[in-house]
Amino acid sequence: MLILLMAFSLGAIILPSLARRFGTRIFYFAAPIPLAAFIYTVAMAPRVLSGETVTEFVRWIPQLGLALSFQLDTLAWLMSLIVTGVGTLVLLYCVRYFDDDEDGLGRFAAVFLAFAGAMYGLVIADDVYLLFVFWEATTVFSYLLIGHYTRKTASRGAALKALLVTTFGGLTMLVGLVLLSVDVGSTQLSVIIAAAPEGALITTAVMLILVGALSKSAIVPFHFWLPSAMAAPTPVSAYLHAAAMVKAGIYLVARLAPGFADTPGWQEVVIAAGVVTMLVGGYRALRQFDLKLLLAYGTVSQLGFLLVVVGFGTRDSALAGLTLLLAHALYKATLFLVVGIIDHDAGTRDLRKLSGLGARSPTLVGIAALALASMVGLPPFLGFVAKEAVFTSFITAATAGSALGWAALIGTAAGSVLTVAYSLRFFWGAFSRKPDVDEVRVARQNIEFLISPALLAVAGLALGLMPGLVDSWLSGYSSQFPAAGEPYHLALWHGLAPALAISAATLLLGALLFVARDQVQRAQASMPDMLSASEGYWLMLRAIDRAAARVTSLTQRGSLPFYLGVILLVFVAAIGTALLRNNTWPENWRLFDHPVQLAVAVIGSIAALAATRAQKRFQAVVLVGVTGYGMAALFALQGAPDLALTQILVETVTLIAFVLVLRRLPARLGERNASVRRGLRAVLGITVGLVMGAVALVSLGARTAIPISADMPDMAYEGGHGVNTVNVMLVDLRGWDTMGELSVIIVAATGVASLIFIASRTDNLPRVSRRDAREQVSERLRRVADPADTTHDRAPWLLAGRRLAPRNRSILLEVVVRLLFHPIMIVSLYLLFAGHNAVGGGFAGGLVAGIALVARYLAGGRYELGAAAPFDAGKLLGAGLTLAVGAALVPLFFGADALTSTWFEWDLAVFGQIEFVTSTIFDIGVYLVIIGLILDVLRSLGAEVDRQEEEPQGATT
Amino acid sequence: MTISLVLIGLMVVLYACGIYLMLERSMTRVLLGFLLVGNATNLLILTMSGGYGAAPILVGGVESDDVSDPLPQALILTAIVITFGVSAFLMALIYRSWRLANEDVVYDDADDLAMRSRSIISEDETEEETVSDTEFGEEAEAAVTAISDSSDAPADVQGDGRDS
Repeated sequence: MLILLMAFSLGAIILPSLARRFGTRIFYFAAPIPLAAFIYTVAMAPRVLSGETVTEFVRWIPQLGLALSFQLDTLAWLMSLIVTGVGTLVLLYCVRYFDDDEDGLGRFAAVFLAFAGAMYGLVIADDVYLLFVFWEATTVFSYLLIGHYTRKTASRGAALKALLVTTFGGLTMLVGLVLLSVDVGSTQLSVIIAAAPEGALITTAVMLILVGALSKSAIVPFHFWLPSAMAAPTPVSAYLHAAAMVKAGIYLVARLAPGFADTPGWQEVVIAAGVVTMLVGGYRALRQFDLKLLLAYGTVSQLGFLLVVVGFGTRDSALAGLTLLLAHALYKATLFLVVGIIDHDAGTRDLRKLSGLGARSPTLVGIAALALASMVGLPPFLGFVAKEAVFTSFITAATAGSALGWAALIGTAAGSVLTVAYSLRFFWGAFSRKPDVDEVRVARQNIEFLISPALLAVAGLALGLMPGLVDSWLSGYSSQFPAAGEPYHLALWHGLAPALAISAATLLLGALLFVARDQVQRAQASMPDMLSASEGYWLMLRAIDRAAARVTSLTQRGSLPFYLGVILLVFVAAIGTALLRNNTWPENWRLFDHPVQLAVAVIGSIAALAATRAQKRFQAVVLVGVTGYGMAALFALQGAPDLALTQILVETVTLIAFVLVLRRLPARLGERNASVRRGLRAVLGITVGLVMGAVALVSLGARTAIPISADMPDMAYEGGHGVNTVNVMLVDLRGWDTMGELSVIIVAATGVASLIFIASRTDNLPRVSRRDAREQVSERLRRVADPADTTHDRAPWLLAGRRLAPRNRSILLEVVVRLLFHPIMIVSLYLLFAGHNAVGGGFAGGLVAGIALVARYLAGGRYELGAAAPFDAGKLLGAGLTLAVGAALVPLFFGADALTSTWFEWDLAVFGQIEFVTSTIFDIGVYLVIIGLILDVLRSLGAEVDRQEEEPQGATT
Repeated sequence: MTISLVLIGLMVVLYACGIYLMLERSMTRVLLGFLLVGNATNLLILTMSGGYGAAPILVGGVESDDVSDPLPQALILTAIVITFGVSAFLMALIYRSWRLANEDVVYDDADDLAMRSRSIISEDETEEETVSDTEFGEEAEAAVTAISDSSDAPADVQGDGRDS
């Protein structure tokens, strides 16, 4: 069975690619898959009918107790036959129904096949969660099928309606399924039904599941989605209404009935909802002019009927229910396919526009007549056999003193009268010759088009003639119910039983209702319009929309300060409350550990306060920078030289980057918009600051355990082979942190570049080729030999020196940079490689190298930057990340954990010993990424901004 | 753990000033506030290590017992570099905003404001019930000659999607 399901999904994946080539013949490729499932199911018949349950079990997610578990018992066997059999015939019918140029044909075929597969999986699933997955899959696929005509509003609306209603039910059902499976302790449907526990919790669970089943089966009050769903192509309607989707709910009720039909409230809900649905559906079917809509309401009515019978919960009603289920599938599919043919040929389904169709196409009339006869319950059709069984089972229950039996009997009998009336209306509307209406022209009848409905209709007759056979098929299900007296058997003739009288009466009254159709119509038209379920649905949707809009406009104010303020207020309220309840305030405290702390604190505080009052940009930036350098001093004091070094470097680069950006902005801050609400912001700021201070005090006072880092220096030495614990931690012990950091850096660098490079993202730094550079140098050499030559400028100290305008050049800067660039690069490399055992590392080294590039740029402009770093910053970032990821992944191939490091030592005789720790590779990656970041900042905020400035004003907007 | 109140005081001032600036509308001030809050947070982590000792570099007879806690240092190092990356991004944002709009201001989101001022749900939006009675119409093989579009369908058909 699993293999068949895989065939369904595989077929659905392949089909769309075939549509262009094969047109509607694509359905010939689709049909064999459900056919194979049908044949498999038939082949299983001997085993299933002998009482055996065919099962398949594959572990899926054992940790969650989920399994791909399937079972084929009598109920599943019957449903599989219906699902796959009708599915095959409808797919074959599609070949003639659609045209080759139909939009989305491949998608349609694929979704249809997937839908059939999901339905097949649904009826054979034995695991409640697996069942739920298939259940929701049918919902999604039916959404796609109903919305097939994507350009029609009605089609999309109907699809959404079906989706919302059935998903609502599905989720409700899921809660019920969870409750049930947790209570029983198994997710196996068969185990749960066999256990059939009782209690308030179980009653709740069962009611929730019933909500799901009723919504899927379009039972009042969820019925309104089904008539709308006729916006789907007619083959879909045929399948949806007869064999799939709506039958899922009935199936679930039938599945649970053996265990849970005696749950308090079950019978009441099932019978009340079913009878009301049957009557409402029948009543509304009598008002329709569109044949398909008439059938759709007919289906609603029949589903109510099925629900009553299947859910009634006696042995006889169970047998009757399954028989009715089979009969309904056969005749309803036939009738929809007939309507499809009528629409296809005549171009309308409106029974007021159709006339004389019967005389033109006798075969079609015959097929429709067979199906309708079964629907109204004429002997010897299967519908008759089913109805006899239904009435008999209700009479048995009623005469045994069950009030619900009486309700079910009277309700379904009344509903059957309506069924007869609208069936006749259908036959008359579709085929009769009506005065004042133009007769339809003769359509070319295609035999192939008629095969599917004909087969289904004949099956309804043939099975009706062999009631004993059907009885022997289905008794395996009904025998699960306790027998009350002699079990009923299906037959055409039970003697002059009361059920026969009821059948005859319904036929007679229904015929009368049809004859008096004009009066009925007038009476219906004079009924006042009540609030319909469909209107209720729309009102609810609109209310939800409005509530969503209101909530959004209330919370989403669009103001950044507002959002920040809300976040901070929540923070203060939540943390403040926790602090007020705290009673572990620290006892050991002193003013300062070292006088330098006091000095830094005073300077830093003054700088920060001044920064808030600063009116000029540079002033504010420098003041903030002061706090940063103060931090570096603290780090140096507190035994963190690595931090101090990094902080100084970062602070410097930040300052330079700021300068690069700010040169384009006006000098004064807040010229256009003065600061507002200063008092409020100050209060909020001070409050947050104080809360953070209290948090620091409390959490420090609460520290009692030995820190996790106590062993880290030794671990770093023994495991990471380095004495600089902080560096080893970055590249080895906590390497994943650094990996995440590298990703952030790369994203930020790329973001900087893409924000500044407005027109194109390519790195278009001007290049000075090596050859140009060599020529410049040799030229200079020649010129030294000829001191009389004064036509040339000052000799450039930098490669691109000549490209700068003379007024922008500074000979002192050029000389210093020329002399210092290479030493600085060497220092950066030293920091990189020494970092494992001394102050330094990839971060510091990268920053130093970046500063060297900054110097080249500041001295020689963007041409100089292009010469100093003749490569793409993006490639540098990529190379760095590749190295880091490589260092993380390679150990996996040696069976170690990711990021494990090892070391090599070589004895190089007189040169001494060289050792190499593999985590250095990771550090090189860090180094490259940092250089890439600074290069990206330089070429964006520096070089590109220069270029944009040089452009004539107004060239870009 | 001994607590140095001066450091806590500095941290409080940095947080307060940083938050004050972050609530501004000038993007440059927001960035400066971000940097101050970053420094304050690094200071918080540093003080959390509770006391200090020698640099955690085990050379020259330094034992692992008398060094500063290396873990907060590693965290701060990461934080410093990330703060730089993010502030570079914010700078690019400021520059771009200046270049495109000559503004250094965080404006309120126009769409959000529009959401507040008027209801986006139009009241006359109702169910589309004009359902065609055919999928084929005049493309059918033997279309009924009298077919007209469904607009002349009687009111009853239009109401058929609704029921009690």
